[in-house]
Amino acid sequence: MSLLQLVDLDVRYGAIQALSAVSVEVQQGEIVALLGANGAGKTTTLRTISGLARPWKGSVLFAGQEIHRLPPHEVVGLGVGHVPEGRRIFPQMSVQENLEMGAYRRRGNLSQDMERVYALFPVLKQRRRQDGGTLSGGEQQMLAIGRALMSDPRLLLLDEPSMGLAPLVVETIFSIIEQIRSSGTTILLVEQNAVQALQLADRGYVLENGRVVMADQAGVLLNDQRVRAAYLGEGAA
Amino acid sequence: MCFSCFTQNFWNLLVLGLADGFLYALVAIGYTLVYGVLQLINFAHSEVFMSGAFAGYFILNGLIGTGSPHGLSSVAYVVIGIAGGACGGGVIAFLLERVAYRPLRRRHAPRLAFLISAIGASFFLYNLAGKEFGRDAVEIPAPFTNGPVFSIFGAQVTTYYIVIAVSAIAMLVILDRVVAGTRLGKGLRAVAQDAETASLMGVNIDRVVSQTFVLGGLLGGAAGFLFGLNTGVVYTMGFTPALKAFTAAVLGGIGNLRGAMVGGLLLGVVENFGAGLFGTQWRDVVSFGILVLVLLVRPTGLLGERLGRSA
Repeated sequence: MSLLQLVDLDVRYGAIQALSAVSVEVQQGEIVALLGANGAGKTTTLRTISGLARPWKGSVLFAGQEIHRLPPHEVVGLGVGHVPEGRRIFPQMSVQENLEMGAYRRRGNLSQDMERVYALFPVLKQRRRQDGGTLSGGEQQMLAIGRALMSDPRLLLLDEPSMGLAPLVVETIFSIIEQIRSSGTTILLVEQNAVQALQLADRGYVLENGRVVMADQAGVLLNDQRVRAAYLGEGAA
Repeated sequence: MCFSCFTQNFWNLLVLGLADGFLYALVAIGYTLVYGVLQLINFAHSEVFMSGAFAGYFILNGLIGTGSPHGLSSVAYVVIGIAGGACGGGVIAFLLERVAYRPLRRRHAPRLAFLISAIGASFFLYNLAGKEFGRDAVEIPAPFTNGPVFSIFGAQVTTYYIVIAVSAIAMLVILDRVVAGTRLGKGLRAVAQDAETASLMGVNIDRVVSQTFVLGGLLGGAAGFLFGLNTGVVYTMGFTPALKAFTAAVLGGIGNLRGAMVGGLLLGVVENFGAGLFGTQWRDVVSFGILVLVLLVRPTGLLGERLGRSA
C-alpha cells in the first residue's frame, strides 16, 4: 500500500489555478523527487499535503486516511513532517528550542530523539544555545530538517533543501537525506537541483504549469532527452 | 511651570509614578501579547480592565459588605479581589476574541474591519455595564485599612502602593516564566515569530490566540481591580488608563514583553513628574504627548518590536 496518495488534485489561489489534476504516489520507504521550474506547483503540492493549502478538488490520502480537510497541526500529528521552503526556522529561539518546537505535539521524554538529531548534525549540538537566526544557511537547513525529524515523521516533505547552499554543504545534506531514508522515513523531495535529486531518488515526477507531465524511475528521467533539455541545462540536440 | 514644586515632591511623585506605572505595565502587556501574535491592537482592552474592576467589586461586596477586615483576612481579600478581577478580565478577553475577532480572521478581513469591530465591542461592553450596573461610580469595600507603612526621603509609601507593587511584580514574574518556559509560552512565541511554520510544528494557532487573549485579560482584569480600589468603579473607567497603557506598550516597543513592563513604569513616572512640574491638569497631556512623540520619532519604541524573545 502506498503511504501517500495524491488523487486528481486541483488547487487554486483565487483565480489562479496552481495545480490541475495532480496525482502522485509515494510508497513506504521511497525517496520520490518532485521536479519542475519555478511556479510549476512543487511547493503548492507540499503545502496541500501538510494542510497549508486546501484542494478545490481531489484528495490526499496518508496511510489510507483522507487528510486534505485537516488543519496543519493535526496533519503533523499523523506523521507528516514538513521542512518548508526557505527553512523558516524560528530566528529568536535557540537551536534547542527550535528542536523542541518540532516535537510540540509529543509528550514524554524527548532526549533520545534530540540526541539522534544531534548525532545526524553534530554542529547543531555545538550551537544548541545559540539563537536560530545566528546560524549559517547550511546550519539553518540542518536545523529545519532536525526540527521536522523531532515530530517522528513517517513521511518527510523536503522543500528545496539545497537552495542557496554551497556545493559541499549540499553534498552533506543529500547524504543525510539518504541516511534518514535508510532509518525508515519515507521522503518526498522538491528540488530545483534535478541531477542531484534524481541521483538520490527512486522515482520522480516532473511538474509543468501545475500538471504532472512525466513520471518515471529516477534513472529513466535522468537520461530522458526532454528532462535534460528542460532542467539540466542541456540544449535539446 | 513650578520647578520647586517638582523638586520638593520628587520622591512623592516617584512613588506615585511607580504605582501608576505598575498598573500601566499590567495593562500594556495585554496589548503587546495580542499584537505579538496577531499584529492587531485590541482597542477593546479598556473594557477588559473595566470588567476586572467590576468583578472584583461584586466579589468583595459580597464577601466584605460593610465590614473592615484587617490582618490575614486583608491579605486573603486582596488575593481574592485580584483573582476575581483577573478572572473577569480573562473571561471578557476570551469572549472578545471569539465574538469580535475570530470571525474576521476566518474570512481574512482587512485591518480596518478589526479596528471597527474593536471599537464596536468596546461601546457595547461599557454601555452594557452602564445599563446593568448603574451610571454612578461605586466603591469597592476596602479589603485593608490604607495608611502609610514607611517613608523614603519623606515620601510616604502606603499599604495600597505596597499591594500594587507586590502583586504586580508577582504577576509579571509569573508571566515572564510562562512565556519563557511553558508549552503555552513556546507556542505563543513560535506563532509570534512565524505563525505558518508554528502550525507545521503542530501548534494549534486558534488555541494559542485564544490563550494569548486570556493571558492578557487576566493581567488587565487584575489591574482594573487594583485601580478601582483607589478610584471606585464605573462603566467608563477603562478608557483613559487603557489608552495610557497602550501608550506605554508603544513606548516600550509594541509586541515586546519587557518593553511593555519598562514602558509602563516609565510612563507612570514621567506622567507624574510632568504633573508635578506643570500642574496635575497636565497629566494626560504629558502621557499622550509622549505617545505622539514616540510615534513620530521612534515608532518601534525603546526596545523594538519583538515578542519572539524568550523574554
